[in-house]
Amino acid sequence: MATALTLRPDLQHIAAQIPAGTRVLDLGCAEGDLLAWLQAHKNVRGIGVDVDVNSIVACVEKGLNVIQADLETGLQSFEDGSFDYVVLSLTIQAMHNIELILQEMLRVGKVGLVTFPNFGFWENRWQILLGRMPVSETIPYEWYNTPNIHFCTVHDFARLLGKLGMQVEQQIVLHQGERVEFWPNLLGSLALVQFSPAQ
Amino acid sequence: MSTNSVGIVTPHKFEFTDPITLSSGAVLPRYELMVETYGSLNADKSNAILICHALSGHHHVAGKHAETDKAAGWWDNMVGPGKPIDTNKFFVIGLNNLGGCHGSTGPSSINPETGAPYGSSFPVVLVRDWVETQARLADRLGIQQFAAVIGGSLGGMQALRWSITYPERVRHALVIASAPKLTAQNIAFNDVARQAIITDPEFHGGDYYQHEVVPRRGLRLARMLGHITYLSDDGMGEKFGRMLRSGEYKYGFEVEFEIESYLRYQGDKFSTRFDANTYLLMTKALDYFDPARHYGGSLAQAMRQAQAKFLVVSFTSDWRFAPARSREIVKALLDADRSVSYAEIESQHGHDAFLMEDAPYMAVMRAYLNNVAKEIV
Repeated sequence: MATALTLRPDLQHIAAQIPAGTRVLDLGCAEGDLLAWLQAHKNVRGIGVDVDVNSIVACVEKGLNVIQADLETGLQSFEDGSFDYVVLSLTIQAMHNIELILQEMLRVGKVGLVTFPNFGFWENRWQILLGRMPVSETIPYEWYNTPNIHFCTVHDFARLLGKLGMQVEQQIVLHQGERVEFWPNLLGSLALVQFSPAQ
Repeated sequence: MSTNSVGIVTPHKFEFTDPITLSSGAVLPRYELMVETYGSLNADKSNAILICHALSGHHHVAGKHAETDKAAGWWDNMVGPGKPIDTNKFFVIGLNNLGGCHGSTGPSSINPETGAPYGSSFPVVLVRDWVETQARLADRLGIQQFAAVIGGSLGGMQALRWSITYPERVRHALVIASAPKLTAQNIAFNDVARQAIITDPEFHGGDYYQHEVVPRRGLRLARMLGHITYLSDDGMGEKFGRMLRSGEYKYGFEVEFEIESYLRYQGDKFSTRFDANTYLLMTKALDYFDPARHYGGSLAQAMRQAQAKFLVVSFTSDWRFAPARSREIVKALLDADRSVSYAEIESQHGHDAFLMEDAPYMAVMRAYLNNVAKEIV
């Protein structure tokens, strides 16, 4: 199936984390690639949320359930505990209300899955050392046209979760789609963090 | 006529002789419904779409009745061959609701028992009564289940009601620019409109037909007020601004601003072609609609009856049926664990946006209905 081949590397890793038959909320679902793959291969019951009407059209074309809404205002449409997994992929770095969305994720779902560009990646550090704002594979924008406003490193994100009474269940750091086990905060450009309420 | 028009169409009158007991308790022994259809019903009768009209709508949804008609049906941009509601794929039904004034039995029809127009004696009809008569029409056409029931505004309320009352007869409900019930403000607008009509000296308690007059001034005011609420401040500003007809102030009370001219024109046009009693009935149907009422006030509980899949659409500048009201429907459907997609279309056309040709709106409708069509073998 085409969707399996074209799934973005970070989405492949997210998909691998999600068990079959679960209820999944995909925040900032874009064109619905992840949900379409999950429905086709893992029989999940999924709903997407996106603010862009073009994403809504694309998801509806794929036969997905999708709600047009702005994540910055929270997830009022959704009841507490209505999902098993809540996904937020490569979106959080462009959001204003990061604490709110993380809290909302664990209000409506049991487990959160977030991916974000790791600002601690060595290429980023190197460019700053050279006196420039970093531009790299996972941060492809120039400082003057970037939608990204909240960068963090793998360590920063884990600290915020702790502050919010949440815990890291699993952390997978990637570079060019491959998992980085050694010095991940330095050698990984993309982080996937699975988290849940602290015990 | 353009190639993607349904072309020249002819309405048909369906007569129903089984008495119907309405929500109010009143009984109509017989009634007629004016109906127009487009496309063809497939062999297993699974490709039917019902279009439910809004306050001032009717059965003439698409195409023209004659080549010389100035305007096509009220939703011609949405319904036709190759259009979002594609008549190459679907058998589309439009009807004039009971109580209407476009050929279906309504207050201006002759009451067979008296030989005179019903007038004030025509019973109040509710959305659920319309759904009942529409179901009887479906029975007559041999349609057990609709591929989709679609409506905007008051029409969206009918689609919602269909999904609750006849869950097994609706595969998809498309609820556009609608609300699960009217707010106090919305009822207030309706009442001002009704008061304009009822206090017109030519209303005669609703029996103006015998006096061979029409409460035109009242109906005109009602329509002018309605029109203001169907447009947005921005949309009105862009279209009319403070433009003057003559370019300068005249220091009087005649028509000076273009917006005044527009509203009076719309009011005049409407008052010559719409029945005042029907206007009263339609606004009451809007006011009374509240499906949650029979489920302990819980809309989610009401929507748990439904088996249909839903598409809900709202428009950002619509303040008469604001996006927040559509979000209530979406939330209830999510709470009820029903299948729903929701689009909030950026538009400055206010409530009227649901009748406009806006690319993202059309794209969402087309995408959704393409998938509905795929389910039909």
